[in-house]
Amino acid sequence: MSVLVYINSKNGLHKSAFESVTYGKKLGDVTVITTGSLSADQLATLGNYGASKVLIDRSVEGDDDQQLTRVISSAADTCSANTIIFSHDMVAKAVAPRLSVRLKAGLISGAIGIPSSDGTVPVNVFSGKAFGHVKVNAARTIISLLPNSIQPEQFDGSCAVEDFNGNAGSAGVKVLSTKKPEGQIPLPEAELVVSAGRGLKGPENWGIVEDLAAALGAATACSRPVSDIGWRPHHEHVGQTGVAIRPNLYIAAGISGAIQHLAGVNGSKVIVVINTDPEAPFFKAADYGVIGDAFEVLPRLTEAVKKFRASSH
Amino acid sequence: MKILVCISKSPDTTSKISFTDNSTKFDENGVQYIVNPYDEWYALVRALEIKEANGGNVTIISVGSAGDEAVIRKALAIGADDAVRIDADPTDAYYTAMQIAEYAKSNGFDLVLTGKETINYNGSQVGGMIAEALDQPFVSVASKLAVSGSTLTLEREINGGIEVVEVNTPAVVSCAKGMAEQRIPNMRGIMAARTKPLQVVAPIAVDQMTTYVNYTMPNAKSACKMIDPTNMDQLVELLHNEAKVI
Ligand SMILES: Cc1cc2nc3c(=O)[nH]c(=O)nc-3n(C[C@H](O)[C@H](O)[C@H](O)COP(=O)(O)OP(=O)(O)OC[C@H]3O[C@@H](n4cnc5c(N)ncnc54)[C@H](O)[C@@H]3O)c2cc1C
Repeated sequence: MSVLVYINSKNGLHKSAFESVTYGKKLGDVTVITTGSLSADQLATLGNYGASKVLIDRSVEGDDDQQLTRVISSAADTCSANTIIFSHDMVAKAVAPRLSVRLKAGLISGAIGIPSSDGTVPVNVFSGKAFGHVKVNAARTIISLLPNSIQPEQFDGSCAVEDFNGNAGSAGVKVLSTKKPEGQIPLPEAELVVSAGRGLKGPENWGIVEDLAAALGAATACSRPVSDIGWRPHHEHVGQTGVAIRPNLYIAAGISGAIQHLAGVNGSKVIVVINTDPEAPFFKAADYGVIGDAFEVLPRLTEAVKKFRASSH
Repeated sequence: MKILVCISKSPDTTSKISFTDNSTKFDENGVQYIVNPYDEWYALVRALEIKEANGGNVTIISVGSAGDEAVIRKALAIGADDAVRIDADPTDAYYTAMQIAEYAKSNGFDLVLTGKETINYNGSQVGGMIAEALDQPFVSVASKLAVSGSTLTLEREINGGIEVVEVNTPAVVSCAKGMAEQRIPNMRGIMAARTKPLQVVAPIAVDQMTTYVNYTMPNAKSACKMIDPTNMDQLVELLHNEAKVI
C-alpha cells in the first residue's frame, strides 16, 4: 500500500514528524511530502524512520492552507497514495479537512493509535472522556495523528530526496507578522507539562511553576479560570474548552480537577497532583498525590529534580 | 456584511459520558444539550459584534433534526437575525459541511464562521471542508478578527506561536478563545428568539465518508499513591524508577 505522509518542516524536523513517518511505515510504503527550504541531507534522515522517498516543493514557503492542499493533493496522485498521514497540529487542522473534500477522502482526525484488525482507527472523543473507533467508507483515507500517541521507531534505512512541483498556485491568506515566544516548548507536543490553577493565588506567583518546568525541561499549562482572568496566556489553557494534551507526565498544582479540566489531560500517561485539599477530585484521576501547599511543595520538588538531574548526568 | 454562523449542539460539559446498544451509540439519557461553546462564545458573539459595529445580517445554520430546534433557539436568544436548520442527522463532518456549503453557495455570504472544534467529536473538520467546497480561503483557530471593508485582519494560532494574517472576503474562519466574551442572553433576547424566523431546508444527497463503529472508555486509574509533602526526593525517585517518565 502506498502511504503519503505530510510533514511540516518549516521549523526543522521534530518528534511529531518521526511519529508520523513511523505510523505511515506500519501501514505501507512511505513517501513524505513537505515544503520549504530544508536541505536534502536533513530530509534524508527521515529514512531512519522508514520513509523510502521524500518529495519537497520548494516554491511554497509558508503554511497557506490552499497552497498546501494543492501540493499534497498532487503528491497523493503522483504516488497513488490511498492513505495520507498528518500530525494533528495547527497546520493539519487547516489543511486536512480541505484535502478531504478535494480528494473525496474520509478524514479521521485526532487518531491515537494504528488501525486495528477490523480496520477502525481509535480517536479521542468527548475531549478524551472516551474513545471512538472510526471506519472510512471512501477509497482514500486521511489520518491526523495526535502528538505523543506512538513512539518513533528507528530503522537502518536510507531514502531519496526529490524536488517536486505540486502546482501550489497563489496563497489565499497573507501573513503580516508572526509572534513566537522564544525557547518555549509547544504545549501539544510537550512530553512533560507543569500546570497550575487558581490555587496559586495570582500571576506574580508563577515563578515557582516556571522554575519546576525549567528544571524538568517541561512546558507550562494552566486551568481555564487562570487564563480567563488573564494570569496566563490563552494558549496555556488546557481542558475541554482549551487544548487537549497527552504528555508522559502532567503535574497539576492548585487545580481542583473539575470534569472539564480532566477531559483535556486524562490522556496523560502519569498524573501528579499537588493540592492542599485531600478531597480535591483531581486525586481520583492521579497516579501520585501530594497533599500540601503548592508554595512549599513546588520549590521542594524543583530542588529534588535538580539534584536528580545533577547526579544522573 | 452578511455572516453565516455554523452551530452544533453538544452535551453539557458536566454530562456523564456513556454508550448504549453494545457501545455503538452515545447514551443520550439524561443528557442536556448546549450550543457547542466555541460556536456560541466566540463565533456567534463576534459575528454579532461585527454586525453591531458595521451593520449587516447574522444567520445561524445548524444541521440537525426537529428536536435540535431548542438549541437553535438558545443561540437565537443571544442574538442573530434568523436561523436555518438543514433537516438531517449530521452523520459525519463531511456530510454536515457539504450541507452547509450548499446553503452558503446559493445564498452568498461574505463570511462563514465556525467554532474551532466541537467538544464532543473534537474533529476540527467542518470549517476547512466548507472552505474547500466554496473554494475560499480558510483561517483556522483564529483568536482575533477585525473587519475593514472587504478585508479581514486576524490573529490565529500556529504551531508554537501566533500569526497575524489578512484575507479578503468571502472567507471561512474557525473561532477560538480570545475572539469575544461569552454573552448571557437576557429576557428580551429569549422572548424575541421565539418568533425569529427559523427556516427548515431539505438536505442534499451526500455520501457519509466515515462511521463511528463503536466506543470504548479509558481504563480506570489504579489508586493514587500518596507522597509525603516533605519528601519530594521520593516522588522524583518514583517518577524515574517506577513511572519511568523522567
Ligand atoms: C462549559 C465549561 C467549560 C469549561 N472548560 C474548562 C476547561 O477547558 N479547562 C478548565 O480547566 N476548566 C474548564 N471549566 C471550568 C471548570 O469547571 C473549573 O471551574 C476549573 O477547572 C477550576 O479551575 P481551578 O482548578 O484552577 O480552580 P478551583 O476550582 O478554584 O481550584 C483551586 C484548587 O486549588 C487548591 N488550592 C488552593 N490553595 C492551594 C495551595 N496553596 N496549594 C495547593 N493547592 C491549593 C484548592 O484546594 C482547589 O482544589 C469549564 C467550565 C464550563 C462550565
